[in-house]
Amino acid sequence: MSPERSDLPGGLSSWRRTMNVVALAGAWLCAAIVILPLALIVWHLLARGVPGLNLAFFTHMPKPVGESGGGMANAIVGTLILVAIGAVIAVPIGVGAGVWLAEYGRGRFAAMVRYTADVLAGVPSIVVGVVAYGLVVVPMHRFSAMAGGVALSILMLPTIVRATEEVVLLVPRSYREAALALGAPRWRAIQEIVIPSASAGIVTAIVLAIARAAGETAPLLFTALNNRFWSLRLDQPMASLPAFIYDYAKAPYEDWNRQAWTAALTLLFVVAILSGILRLSLRRSHGGR
Amino acid sequence: MEDAEVTVDSFPTIRTALPDQRGAAPPASKPGQPPVPPRITVHDLDLWYGATQALKGVSLDIPDRSVTAIIGPSGCGKSTLLRCFNRMNDTIPNVRVKGQVSISGVDIYDSSTDVVELRRRVGMVFQRPNPFPKSIFDNVAYGLRLLGIRDRAELEGRVQQALERAALWGEVRERLNGSALQLSGGQQQRLCIARALAIEPEVLLMDEPASALDPTATARIEELVLGLKTSFTIVVVTHNMQQAARISDRTAFMLSGKLIERGETRELFTRPKEKLTEEYITGRFG
Repeated sequence: MSPERSDLPGGLSSWRRTMNVVALAGAWLCAAIVILPLALIVWHLLARGVPGLNLAFFTHMPKPVGESGGGMANAIVGTLILVAIGAVIAVPIGVGAGVWLAEYGRGRFAAMVRYTADVLAGVPSIVVGVVAYGLVVVPMHRFSAMAGGVALSILMLPTIVRATEEVVLLVPRSYREAALALGAPRWRAIQEIVIPSASAGIVTAIVLAIARAAGETAPLLFTALNNRFWSLRLDQPMASLPAFIYDYAKAPYEDWNRQAWTAALTLLFVVAILSGILRLSLRRSHGGR
Repeated sequence: MEDAEVTVDSFPTIRTALPDQRGAAPPASKPGQPPVPPRITVHDLDLWYGATQALKGVSLDIPDRSVTAIIGPSGCGKSTLLRCFNRMNDTIPNVRVKGQVSISGVDIYDSSTDVVELRRRVGMVFQRPNPFPKSIFDNVAYGLRLLGIRDRAELEGRVQQALERAALWGEVRERLNGSALQLSGGQQQRLCIARALAIEPEVLLMDEPASALDPTATARIEELVLGLKTSFTIVVVTHNMQQAARISDRTAFMLSGKLIERGETRELFTRPKEKLTEEYITGRFG
């Protein structure tokens, strides 16, 4: 298996050159393969989704079966609301826990929190949906936007916790020392120096979590359910893009199938726009007084 | 917090927390000490990092309103000693300290000492410039805001005063809202000095403040230190002996955690009493 060991430097170096080329080519290939799935998805969504794209899709409600046209205004707004509920719950808890882990997280309890977050990240989203069903839907006796938001928050939590911990640990020790040496109590050094220094990374963590949650269908199936009508009430079932994609894609109507593609394209853009807004707002808040 | 006058040429003293010790002198203990009581007194100080002893029975007096240099080869404990004066070593796990350090007559390792308050009285400048990733103004104002100063005019006045003292005002007055990270290394270090001076400390600790800077920037920092000693007690750690000779009034030489010799800078560099000191300053080791 292993190459013949040559005492001649020439033989060895030609073997190394060959291996270098092979390994480099392999690495290039792997890198290219990483791009492939996303490129395919975007290309496919554009090809199939653009034909159904028009203003009515964003401003109109879904039409009953048999009528063509209509849009998914309720599902777009619904997805935004569900993700907002999830973020309102998960961001403070997740960022708080992540900062605690980074700044104070020694000992067994911290190890337990880390382990729990890692396991939670691996729990299938449908199981998270079942948990939210038990926690919210059963006591409330109805499907609701609230239950959907809770399910999404559980999904967001581990990403935010672990990524926040990582980026807070990356804040140079010298910043903390400078603040402490000026007579800052530790909590103020963390709040006023460490967290703002890590804010770019924390926002990235939140964006990742939101992007993942916005596309989830399974945890919404028996929590927020779906809704063909306009509803902003948090204690009622709520429409969402993933739920509509799921329903419309498997429906036997060509018009619905086309709208499912457009909905998927829209979902991609909603996530992209959300993360763009978050990053922009971060950049704006930096460097000023 | 007293109100300070915001004028350029008068340096208001807000050494609030403690009565000024210079008036009420404790009895002079040993003969041969300066008549003014020292600002910092170290007595038989030991320090361990885990099982490693980094300071061994260090005793040292640091006089008020002067520059004291601590020199010695890398790892001799000079930075560790400096970080004892504002208890920055507390932030490192497994550090144990035995002995006494008094600043303005108060034992800072006493259990009743408020470390946060101590650090407001004892400012520190670090080896590498470490401005916060904020605006120039916010960097200098940070310590003031910690003190609860919110009044815009007062903040502006004190920030300007601190920047003037650190000889940086002229270079940054037009861009106080710009990021501190855009300044050059030397400017960043002077900004850090301004940040430390803004809260009017009694003592300014400098841990190799110029070692990361080029010769021009180093010269400016040294000039600055000489100007500041009329208002502050300054302790500078340096491995650069020429620098110690240029800027300090008194020098302490450390080796392997022990204080080998201390005295007037000129005296120590021209007529060292200890053989080890002589060997070090003549470049035989270190």
